[in-house]
Amino acid sequence: MTTPGEFYQRDRDRHPPALTPDYKTSVTRSPQYALLSLEQSASEITGPTFGHGDIDPIDNDMIHNYAQPGESAIGERIIVHGRVLDENGRPVPNTLVEAWQANAGGRYRHKKDTYLAPIDPNFGGCGRMLTDEDGYYFFRTVKPGAYPWRNWVNNWRPAHIHLSIFGTSFSQRLITQCYFEGDPLIPKCPILNTVPDQAARGQLIAALDMNATIPLDSMAYKFDIVLRGRRSTLFENRLEGN
Amino acid sequence: MVQKLDYLKETPSQTAGPYVHIGLAPGAAGFDIYKQELGWDIAGPNAKGERIRVEGIVIDGTGSPIKDVLLEAWQANSAGVYAHPEHAGQVEDGFRGWGRVITDFGTGEWGFDTVKPGAVMGRNGRMMAPHINLWVVARGMNIGLNTRIYFDDEADANATDPVIDLIEWDRRRQTLIAKRNELDGKVVYRFDIRIQGEDETVFFDI
Ligand SMILES: [Fe+3]
Repeated sequence: MTTPGEFYQRDRDRHPPALTPDYKTSVTRSPQYALLSLEQSASEITGPTFGHGDIDPIDNDMIHNYAQPGESAIGERIIVHGRVLDENGRPVPNTLVEAWQANAGGRYRHKKDTYLAPIDPNFGGCGRMLTDEDGYYFFRTVKPGAYPWRNWVNNWRPAHIHLSIFGTSFSQRLITQCYFEGDPLIPKCPILNTVPDQAARGQLIAALDMNATIPLDSMAYKFDIVLRGRRSTLFENRLEGN
Repeated sequence: MVQKLDYLKETPSQTAGPYVHIGLAPGAAGFDIYKQELGWDIAGPNAKGERIRVEGIVIDGTGSPIKDVLLEAWQANSAGVYAHPEHAGQVEDGFRGWGRVITDFGTGEWGFDTVKPGAVMGRNGRMMAPHINLWVVARGMNIGLNTRIYFDDEADANATDPVIDLIEWDRRRQTLIAKRNELDGKVVYRFDIRIQGEDETVFFDI
């Protein structure tokens, strides 16, 4: 009999370090002391749970969830779908996935965004959903546009969607960004390049998925998300003993 | 050749960016879209225990407040029970123990209302002093930072807390201890977070 235990140590080589000078804002927002390694207790192994009462079915349709009746967001219609898995390859069911993005012109509906591209009156730019029992999620949106940002004099973000995922424990909490296959801005992006490992960067690029397109309606991209895996203790777990 | 281990690799973190509010707190971004935004009510109406407020700012390496931070709190109820199926015990109806707050765009101040958590059983049968787990994300932070809020009126429990005990330097231990004040009969703890520089907050690799 195996019992679930702690989550695997985070592989920090796959993640960006805190200090990445080419992404200038990180310079004053990165701790200088080493993180203190913590063996997991109940505080780390547990985490918030969400249910269908927390969200609405339309929340995962960003083409319509902010649109006037009969209207829809402007842009290239896409479906983003995939599975939330853990490092053991097991699905993570019933977990909350939240997404936000710029509109097709690269403009965010945010009081701090002053980019001159227009706001789309029928596009809010956020969505959320729960994974099903197989860890599967999907949402419908328009492909976000690239946008300029102040880092070097002339930096443009590749098209991307921000994603927030909970998992089953506070130690699995993750925010990341999903990019799109074939975007020529991808190799030039100082934010994507905060991830030092090339294979790890590739894990952030969604593949064009013709099988999941809706003919005469929407393109599709597949983006699987992997959260930290959990140890199964074959022998008595010594969390309580010593 | 050895056999290949078939573990998957965790998806890399990326910064939450300056517009995190759109996704996680759209009202703050300037628009109304969801029937309810999540994380505004941590304890619910039925939670037992002392009602408290926790407030602070997040300070960058120049000593200035960071005004586009999002924080998430995760805590046990006043009996030390997490609202999670694997944690033994019951929580009050409506107690979620999870909250989400953002800093004020003008001042950088954040704050949330909750109940003071109870002590929680830790590893090896050692009690952990009452604490709230925090996760901090913002533009310029490539991966979320984990820390804990402890309480300065729990000196005895803090003195034997197995996590505080891991911190070698007393000066650094102080960065995890919120200061209690009572204002108009309301209990407010102050917990400023220093991301970098003098008295940098202790952050954990959990
Ligand atoms: Fe963005």
